[in-house]
Amino acid sequence: MAQKTMIQAITNALDLELASDENVLIFGEDVGKNGGVFRATEGLQAKHGEERVFDTPLAESGIGGLSIGLALEGFRPVPEIQFFGFVFETLDSIAGQMSRTRYRMGGTRNMPITIRAPFGGGVHTPEMHSDNFEGMITQIPGIRVVVPSNPYDAKGLLIAAIRSNDPVLYLEHMKLYRSFREEVPDESYTVPLDKAAVTLEGSDVSIITYGAMVREAKKAAENLAKDNISVEIIDLRTIAPLDIKTIIASVEKTGRVVIVQEAQKQAGVGAQVASEISERAVLSLEAPIGRVSAPDTPFPFGQAESTWLPNATDIENKVKEVINF
Amino acid sequence: MANNKAAVNFDKLLGDESQDFKTVQILDETGQVVNPDIMPDLSDEQLVELMKQMVWSRVLDQRATALNRQGRLGFYAPTAGQEASQLASNFAMNKDDFLFPGYRDVPQLVQHGLPLSQAFLWSRGHIEGNKYPESLKAMPPQIIIGAQYIQAMGVAVGMKKRQSKNAVYVYTGDGGTSQGDFYEGINFAGAFKAPAIFVVQNNGFAISVPREKQTAAVTLAQKGVAAGIPAIQVDGMDPLAVYEVMKEARDFTTAGNGPVLIETLTYRYGPHTLSGDDPTRYRTKETDDIWLKRDPLVRMRRFLTNKGLWSEDQENELIDQVKAAIKEAINEADAIPKQKVTDFLKVTFEEQPQNIQEQITEYSAKESN
Repeated sequence: MAQKTMIQAITNALDLELASDENVLIFGEDVGKNGGVFRATEGLQAKHGEERVFDTPLAESGIGGLSIGLALEGFRPVPEIQFFGFVFETLDSIAGQMSRTRYRMGGTRNMPITIRAPFGGGVHTPEMHSDNFEGMITQIPGIRVVVPSNPYDAKGLLIAAIRSNDPVLYLEHMKLYRSFREEVPDESYTVPLDKAAVTLEGSDVSIITYGAMVREAKKAAENLAKDNISVEIIDLRTIAPLDIKTIIASVEKTGRVVIVQEAQKQAGVGAQVASEISERAVLSLEAPIGRVSAPDTPFPFGQAESTWLPNATDIENKVKEVINF
Repeated sequence: MANNKAAVNFDKLLGDESQDFKTVQILDETGQVVNPDIMPDLSDEQLVELMKQMVWSRVLDQRATALNRQGRLGFYAPTAGQEASQLASNFAMNKDDFLFPGYRDVPQLVQHGLPLSQAFLWSRGHIEGNKYPESLKAMPPQIIIGAQYIQAMGVAVGMKKRQSKNAVYVYTGDGGTSQGDFYEGINFAGAFKAPAIFVVQNNGFAISVPREKQTAAVTLAQKGVAAGIPAIQVDGMDPLAVYEVMKEARDFTTAGNGPVLIETLTYRYGPHTLSGDDPTRYRTKETDDIWLKRDPLVRMRRFLTNKGLWSEDQENELIDQVKAAIKEAINEADAIPKQKVTDFLKVTFEEQPQNIQEQITEYSAKESN
């Protein structure tokens, strides 16, 4: 066991999977010699060779098509989209092609592709780098969208994603890459792809969230505990398709819900969670569902990030509102 | 004061860009061999087989059109006129080569191994049409123009990694060359030196938009220059020229020299698809007539007849056989049970998540009523 940051856990997972399965290939822009712009693939080309870890020309759609073709040849592609804000360039490969290949070919072909992409706010990137477009992908049938919130899950979810024969979009929140360390086992392990985590058990209110907002929710929960408010935190981990059972079990226990997402409010993951709760557990609710999110503008210019992004105080206030309803 | 400086002669550069792209021809419109030095190395039996495939395709086109009108087929994109471009290019490839067709390229797909009944099921919109056995090295026809180019490149890169001796071949049309994916496909394949043959069937019109409105480029073949890959233009109504160029391209690319781009000059006699397109809105009868005179079947028929390898009786007999095979394939397609939404739910993921599991239960109940 060793203390690892999330990005170290990711590199470690990629290294282990390259070693254990010769069909795993890593490619993208700058992932080879340079080890990726965030160093997620640091040292992997030197260790596993240029046939397994390689740079591509600078074109995301080409990277998407390359992934699909390699999957058809029996490989297990792990492409990197350098920033998730660039996803529109390869949206046909994701939404129109790899997610529906299994369906359209009647289950006769698999697309064991794991697309990795950094995303998320709080690191003052230039525009079109940080955008939270994850909700858009969650509407596409046939692909899982995974967003780890901590180093341990990051490793286990990534290994599970690479081993899955279904396509996975694996989103890495840039703020979490190096913001904290935790114990991560050295050996290989998986974290299930279709299971949310109960990160904190509580009895008064359920905070349902994912990604970087899990840490904000934890901070809020610590403060709320001082006021004797017992918070349960559900970390969705896989935001599509949802682990509805874990969500509903928590809501039925606490009777109060605050849904937190870093992304804008319109449509998206929080809206889907709220809708599932309304459909299945509305009679367990003792207060309206509370929501914390970013406002409905495009992702803001760097200097406005701190007010635009939701934080622990916003969550704390919303929980109190729901408790005092 | 006039500026007489000229670091660059742009007019000359513009003229130079297409000078190397001449059109390869072997059989002229009358069926005469005009380029004997590059005659394909095909036996009499193979020449006859190529003709048979083109006749098969022409009959299939006529029958498919009739079946569509009767409501017995769904989506159909007519192929008449493109037989040399489609079947002679396919004729140069091996069974283990990987085919990426566009939606008009069903004839190649069937010749590559897809049972005709499945092609009909695909046309009707039935999942059984796309259940390909592992041995069939092909994807179903691509609908998104250009998407097949980047995927073909991916398979070719994979083949190279597997040290395979095979190649990938992929088709798009003249309009397809305007897509970003067209360039990304040929550019990546060039950069990776992957064994791929990119075919552009230039039939002059992307639905209604004429070729000259797609690009300022004089030829579509010259687009290969920017990707650093060899490219050639071929008379797409000449089966022998198409075959020979494709065969040489296959030899070149499977020897590890990287991809090739081939532009075939061809024409579709019919509408874009049978879903309401009316070519008289954008093409003249004069243009149609020019291309009808270049017909690939006419010139191959004359060529083979002159060699004593083909006769009218032989062709009529073949036409009857093809019609019978089409009828049988339609009957086979009719016998396939109706598809169910639960079938789709079961194959969308390999491991079913909760929403899918719930919906299987829900739709099983709905479908058992």
